[in-house]
Amino acid sequence: MADPQPAPLLALRGIGKSFLGVRVLDGVDLDVAPGEVHAVVGENGAGKSTLMKIVSGGYSPDEGTVEFAGQPRVFHGPRDAQRAGVGIIHQEFNLLPERTVAENVYLGHEPVRRGLVDRREMLDRTRRLLASIGETALPADSRVGQLGVAQQQVVEIAKALALDARLLIMDEPTAALADQEVELLYGLVRRLQERGIGLLYVSHRLTEVFDLSSRITVLKDGRRVTTVDTARTNTDELVRHMVGRELSNYYPQRADPADRGPVRLTVRGGGNRKLRGVDLELRAGEVLGVGGLQGSGRSALARALFGVAPFTTGDVELDGEPVRLRSPRAAMRAGIAYVTEDRKGEGIVARQSVLDNALLASRAVFAARSGRAARTARVRELLDAVEVRAAGDDQEIRFLSGGNQQKVVLARWLALTPRILLFDEPTRGIDVGAKSAIHDLVRRLATDGAAVLMISSELPELLGMSDRIVVLRDGRIAGELPAGATEEDVVALAVGAVREAAA
Amino acid sequence: MTALSLRPARHAVPGVFVALALTLVIGWLVVMLDGGQLFNQSTTVSLLHVAAGLGLVAVGQTLVILGGSLDLSVAYVISLSTLVAAEAMNGSDGALLPAIGLALAVSAAIGLLNGVLVTKLRINAFIATLGVGLLLKGYLDNGYDGPAGESAPALVRTLGYQRIGPVPVSFLLLLAVTAAAWFALSRTRFGHHLVAVGGDPEVARLSGVRNDRVLITAHVLCSLCAGLAGVYLASRLGSGAPRVGTEGLYDLESIAAVVLGGTALAGGRGGVLGTVGGVLLLASIDAVFNQLEVDAFFKQVIRGVIIIAAVAVYARRAMRKAGS
Repeated sequence: MADPQPAPLLALRGIGKSFLGVRVLDGVDLDVAPGEVHAVVGENGAGKSTLMKIVSGGYSPDEGTVEFAGQPRVFHGPRDAQRAGVGIIHQEFNLLPERTVAENVYLGHEPVRRGLVDRREMLDRTRRLLASIGETALPADSRVGQLGVAQQQVVEIAKALALDARLLIMDEPTAALADQEVELLYGLVRRLQERGIGLLYVSHRLTEVFDLSSRITVLKDGRRVTTVDTARTNTDELVRHMVGRELSNYYPQRADPADRGPVRLTVRGGGNRKLRGVDLELRAGEVLGVGGLQGSGRSALARALFGVAPFTTGDVELDGEPVRLRSPRAAMRAGIAYVTEDRKGEGIVARQSVLDNALLASRAVFAARSGRAARTARVRELLDAVEVRAAGDDQEIRFLSGGNQQKVVLARWLALTPRILLFDEPTRGIDVGAKSAIHDLVRRLATDGAAVLMISSELPELLGMSDRIVVLRDGRIAGELPAGATEEDVVALAVGAVREAAA
Repeated sequence: MTALSLRPARHAVPGVFVALALTLVIGWLVVMLDGGQLFNQSTTVSLLHVAAGLGLVAVGQTLVILGGSLDLSVAYVISLSTLVAAEAMNGSDGALLPAIGLALAVSAAIGLLNGVLVTKLRINAFIATLGVGLLLKGYLDNGYDGPAGESAPALVRTLGYQRIGPVPVSFLLLLAVTAAAWFALSRTRFGHHLVAVGGDPEVARLSGVRNDRVLITAHVLCSLCAGLAGVYLASRLGSGAPRVGTEGLYDLESIAAVVLGGTALAGGRGGVLGTVGGVLLLASIDAVFNQLEVDAFFKQVIRGVIIIAAVAVYARRAMRKAGS
């Protein structure tokens, strides 16, 4: 572990942070030298974003010290950190699309002369700033909303530099960029480096990390695994550092390959704004796991199949018949159910009763007159079957635990007797006990003949539950793995560490 | 980077001026076919008077809407301001300036209250300003059955009826206020910050803007504009009128004018020039219908249709922009 530069710009020592008793960061050390690109990698939930928020003033650490430019600092909020010289470029830009580049760059500290905003000065300074990072093609007086994503990123960087940032944090800076734009970002990063600006570069994409950084820190489960010189490591070693925790949970028995039924759902060349060339087969009786990084198109796939944001290209077949799933309603009528990732926002109607929530889908899709009493009775049975624990059917659902809420959502869909179930992070935010109950339910549905597609960013869950796993990357299917694959296999596909052997 | 055609962000002529021109041409034709004349001295003067009253309110309304807020209390502020001004003047020219100052001060205080409710207590602007409006309504209904006070003769002569050619002094006042608001929006930090707060409060906050202070200032300015409209109405009516604001529908019409003028109701985009266009459009439609002696109820229907159509056009445009 080399420590080449004598005076680090940023020095983190023993940083710890907990939320509601859960330890998210534990004893993390990290240095950034002026002009250095220091990459931070780790799985989803490894603590990267919490650490970045601590550096940029979003959170204050429970333990440990932050030293910036040789002085111990406690940042009170993002503005404080900005003034001190720490800028952060979020994945989602903090820009006003209706205002010009210059107005955005100098928002909050517009140059004034005799009490009035000096527009010419503002434009001049913006132009000089853009020129200093080699971006002369970007007009300072164009509206930010009409710029491309890459150019908006440049505006963000200029905005940070206008405040004399000496340390820039880039959080997944290439997530939204097209391939040729990534090259431009590389150039920009190098120019920032030449100016002596230190960069903390958070990325999932190992290629970039290797191209740009001089050192890499690997985080896992809130701890620093190691910090290595980029020149002295390779992808395999890095992936090994990122994963490799023991599989301690219990998962229900997988399907016997012989029990798998016919193909229920086929997608050929499916694409839309977020997906490209998706080929997929889903069989009755199996649980197909979907892995990938955040933003890789996992939810987009489920949303396309459920008609929320349908495929615009390609074909979908259901039991061999071509179908168009153009709205959730159409998907539901075709026998598809979707348990969403965002339970609070999209899954439950918080102030309605357990029963109303469970009846929501059947009421919406099937004619009201067809046996209301029978339908209610059936939903009651289902609520029992999934073992919802509530004070009564008429209790407002918001008072239930996450696990019980999820069971109600599940009962809602089972009332439609779906043949295809899409689960998006079905156990997110659910305690361990309820988790395995959900796992059992999911497996039982498959055993009873449903085709199940399950998205999960929790690798043990994905590996433990799935009969097959497809891994998405950048809106495409990066590869498929059989049951018994390892975490390394999934991560390697997700970050693109394996060159796809010409398949 | 692809070679985008990057135009500088000069604001193009808002669509509302096209609509205004069309309305005037068509209106002129229709009125002529009907055997009348749209642009004689008296119709032009009355059109500009209508525009002056509504315009003063709408320019203020533009400021709060740009900041992502709203003011539903303006109609009551107007009524109150006519009464404060007229009662303080009590028919004497000597009390003219102090009376105007008092009316404006009272208005500003109400704006301050609105702003504080919206920012510090985080009450939704719709509810907060509606509540303040109802509070004022209670006071007005309780204290006044009809006109009260008497405007200073000098005020009536000048602001009320004096004109330069066909242009009333009141319309010149509107132009001055508009120019001031335009200047504030484009040349002061306050203006830049206000648009930023309306565009995205979080972005503004993280950029060091003091959101609350900016929004409170906007509310005070909005109420001041309404107060000024009240002074103008007091000059036209010769007395204070406790219902003039609500009967003139100044609250909803001012919002309609702002939206017609291309300012986004959610804030962050637009400006006062468009608003003046919207005001002139509404006033012209009024003038045309008056010339044609169209039924008053039918007139309301047409205005409703126009406002909905205009907003639909903007929504489509916004969608196309987002899609491209």
